[in-house]
Order: sequence, then structure tokens, then C-alpha cells
Amino acid sequence: MYITPEGKEIFVIDGHTHFWDGSPENQRNIHGKQFVECFYAYHTNLSPKDQLWEKSKFEKYSADDLYHDLFIDGPDDVAIIQSTYLKDFYRNGFNTIERNAEVAKRYPERFIVNGSFDPRDGEKALEYIHFMKETYDIKGVKMYTAEWNGASKGWKLNDPQAYKCFELCEKLGIKNIHVHKGPTIIPLSKDSFDVHDVDYAATDFQNLNWIIEHCGLPRLDDFCWIAVQETNVYGGLAVALPFIHSRPRYFAEVIAELLFWCGPDKILFGSDYAIWTPRWLVEKFWAFELPEDIKKERGVDLTPDIKEKILGLNAARLYDIDIAAKKKALAGSPFGIAAE
Amino acid sequence: MSVVSLKESRQGELWRQLERVNDPELDEPVTEMGFIERAEIGAAGHVEVDFRLPTYWCSPNFAFLMLEDIRKALEALSWRPRFRITLHDHMFADEVNAGIAAGSSFADIFDALSDTCDLEAIRETFRVKAFKRRQEAVILDLKQLGIADGEIVRMSLAAFDTLVGGSDAARRNRARYREALMQRWPGLGPLDAVIVMEDGRRIDVDALGARLADLRSVRINMEFNGALCRGLKDTRYKELSVVDGEPTLVDFIAGRVPPRPEHSPRS
Repeated sequence: MYITPEGKEIFVIDGHTHFWDGSPENQRNIHGKQFVECFYAYHTNLSPKDQLWEKSKFEKYSADDLYHDLFIDGPDDVAIIQSTYLKDFYRNGFNTIERNAEVAKRYPERFIVNGSFDPRDGEKALEYIHFMKETYDIKGVKMYTAEWNGASKGWKLNDPQAYKCFELCEKLGIKNIHVHKGPTIIPLSKDSFDVHDVDYAATDFQNLNWIIEHCGLPRLDDFCWIAVQETNVYGGLAVALPFIHSRPRYFAEVIAELLFWCGPDKILFGSDYAIWTPRWLVEKFWAFELPEDIKKERGVDLTPDIKEKILGLNAARLYDIDIAAKKKALAGSPFGIAAE
Repeated sequence: MSVVSLKESRQGELWRQLERVNDPELDEPVTEMGFIERAEIGAAGHVEVDFRLPTYWCSPNFAFLMLEDIRKALEALSWRPRFRITLHDHMFADEVNAGIAAGSSFADIFDALSDTCDLEAIRETFRVKAFKRRQEAVILDLKQLGIADGEIVRMSLAAFDTLVGGSDAARRNRARYREALMQRWPGLGPLDAVIVMEDGRRIDVDALGARLADLRSVRINMEFNGALCRGLKDTRYKELSVVDGEPTLVDFIAGRVPPRPEHSPRS
């Protein structure tokens, strides 16, 4: 819960968090080392100085750190915890659903665990989707189109194999498909984080929600163009939001574009924990106002009502969270006391 | 010319050549981005360039484009030296460096690593982006100078060249836009319009607002890359000699690692 300076309670759903193990012991090869180092560079590059972590903690933090940073020190009420396997880089995977479910079990009201699958696994991917639904009752998945798999260095949402998986997701009620479309890493000539495949998949699967993490940056224009045409496409603010600290005017331009094209109902807050922690992000976001010239130019505003939608109401709709009921459940859980 | 001054003048020439190589995605010189770790001239005149990108994962296609441009820059040096270009700490460093050593073209290396590749198409995509980004900067500067929209869309090259006023940055913006214009249309004449679409079509005065919105979105994307690349480069370890167990990124952030020696002199 975030309490605004005016004393208003804002229900916060953190749409993008991780519980990873990038420690040297878990690194399979140089790629694993470089992968978590790249994350760490994002962390050090865009965090306020007083929020910097030691690298060893960043590589592998505890379940207690996670809980504390999100819910005790942080303002999150509920966190969506994403799974990213990267088994070519890490012996036990980077953050598998098993690892996430384990921590979620300790704090049942707090976490929504999302799964992940790799359509290139064919039949096995379909079996795995069944397994995740039956074992963890997942409502969403995280897709990582640039993930390596043997000789393949990436895939597209509209690959035939992927469509088979999404058909199954639809049938099983796994309706939230988070897709990492962010800063360019890995791709060769074909850009595996190109956003155009979203257009096909979102058109062909109208009953699924497509949450594009990082808003496709640095292809924001392509993303906005798709989002404006597809009613089931959403933008996740992870990675875009931290610019609020280092380059606030730049953040203003990005959020103004998103408000103009996608509208206030289709933008979701996400800290991308542990790259960033939610407390400073939410505090700065609440205090943030669009500069007058940008407001005028784009004809949009970032009002408190809109901020409240972005911070939680929009995600609550996607994940069928009854906020009043959730508040009651959180107040009644033993961890609610720990959070005081 | 003494041996010392010959070396100095060659080093100046080398740096000036490298300054002309741009990161295609950012439209910024690789020297300013700090991607050139080392550029040195040996006793026999041969040249060694160490090149490093902000992350291990930076798109290989962009890396290749820059390395190709660096090679062209070195081939244009007046004393025609032997040279060696080394890409460091990149996921495809081995392949690329082996390719360079074997004398294969970057396109050859690129094709070997990827099934579908059109380097020239990528170049054109980024030329257009750079053109648009530079154009936005110029239009905003012109508006700042109080020039009316109608005059902006009609402005001829001759009028553009005689513009005075604006900040140093505005003059630099104009020079960089002019460079992109002439690269696109080498035969552009004094009476031709300068604020045009990337395919050369004129812009209607009523469409200037929409044009600016489009240009803004191009800039927002490029700035995202630029801000990230600068930041990531700043936080990535700096010394070529750093190996496992040596200083970590935290040491650099905390300023516990001595600064590296200066680059060869900029002249």
C-alpha cells in the first residue's frame, strides 16, 4: 500500500518482479556471467546512488530480501513474479517457476506466479503448459523471444509452434501473456525483440491479454502504433520508469507518448525487481508531473487518478483481483503484521 | 619533420579519422561514446585499435557496421599502414576477430553467423533515422529563432547556409543536418528546399506538426539507446587487463579503481 502525502491509500500491483539466482555457482558459462552483469549495469546506471546494491547481493538475494524490498520497505500490495529460465546460461535456470512458487508459498496472498515456456520445445512445451496449470494454477506467462535454445537464437510470437501454445493457453484460461520486448540484446540481423510479431498474435488471439514489457523500447513508436489498433495490448513500464530519476524530462516524453497512443487504462507499473526496488519508483512516480509544454503538445496529463490506474487498478482488472477483498485478506494475514 | 612530430601528426590524423565513424543506432561518433578503448601507432607505423561496446550483448549487426567503418577509416590514412582492429568482450568477439584476421569482409562474417542479412538495408534504416533526428533538432532551433512554420518548410539551402544566430549547439545541429542532407542528395542546389521528407518530398505547412510528432518518436527511441549505452558503458569495466577476480563493477562505481591512462591525443 502506498500512502500519498495527502493521505490517500493507493493499491499497488507490481507487474514485473523476479526472484533470480545469477550467482557464479549457478552460471553455466560466460553468457550467464555476462547476462547478470548486464542487469547489474542497468541497476547501477539508472538507480539513485543510495539505492545501489553490492554485486554479490544482486547476483543472488534471499526470499527475505525479496519480501522486505517489495512489501515492507516497498509499497507493493501484490507482486507478479515472472519466470525466466535461461537454462543455456544457468545450471538451475535463472528464475524458474519452481523457485518462484517456493517463495510464493510462504506468502500466499502476496504473489502471483507466472510461468514460462519455450514454443521451440514443441510437444514438450504443450505438456509443460498443462503441468504449470495443474501444479501452480497459473494465470499468466512470461515470454522471452530472444532466449537461446540450442542453435536457435530467438523466436517469434507468430511462429506456428507458438500459436499452438497460445491456443492451449486460451483453452486453459492462461490469459495474460507478458512479452519481453526491450532493449536490444543478442539478436543478429533479425531483431528478436522487434515488436511486429505482437501485432499478429494480438489480432489472432483476441481473448488473451498481451502485456509488452518495457513498452518495446527502443521501438516505442512501433509499439504505440500496434497498441492503438489492438484493444488487448498493454504496456509494462519496467525499464522506462527508472528514467524518472536520471532523466525526468525524457521519462515525461515517453509516458506522454504512451498516454496519447495507448491511453491510461493500458499502462502497467512494474519495478523489474531486483534491477530496481519499487519504493523509490512509486514515490517518484506519484510526485511526478508532466511539464506544461509536453502536456500541451500531446494533449495528455498524468493526473492522480491516472497514476492510481497505472499503479494497480489496471493490473487488478487483468488478474481479476478484487481490491477490497484483497485488502481484507492482507490485513488478516500474519504477514500483514510483519509489514507494519 | 622530426620522428616525434611525425608520430604526433599521425596520431592526430588517426583520431580525426576515427571521429568520423558513427554509431549507426545512436548517430553519435564512436570516439565520443568511448567505444575506442585504444588507438595506437607502433614504431613501424602500424596501427592497433581496440574496440569495446557497452555490453556483451550489443547487436552484432551494429558492431559490424562500426567495425567496417573503422576499417574504411584506417584504409584512408595517408601513410597506408598495416592495421589491426580488435573487438573485445563481445559475445561474437572470437568470430569477428578471426574473420578480420583472415581478411574476410564483415559481410562474410555476418553471413556466416546469420541466415538472413542485408547490411545495406540496415545502413539505410539508420541513415533515415539519423536524418530525422538531425532534422527535428534543426526545426526546433528554427522555431526557437522565431522563424514561422511557412518559412521553415520553404527554406532553401542558400537561406539555410546564411542563417546566423542560435546557440553553439544550434550551429552544430545545422552543420550535422547539412552533412546528412548532402549525403542524401549530393546534387542539392542553393534553391532547393532543405526541410523535406527523407524521400525528398516537400512538407506541407499544415503537416509540420505531424512531422514533428513523427520526428519526436524517432528521437525518443534513439535517446533511449543513447542514454542506456552511455550509462552502461560508464558502468562497464574499463581496463582491457581486467580478468576474473580483479576489480568488479562495484569498485568502479565506488571509484576504487584508478582512472585509465589518457587516449592518444585529440588534436
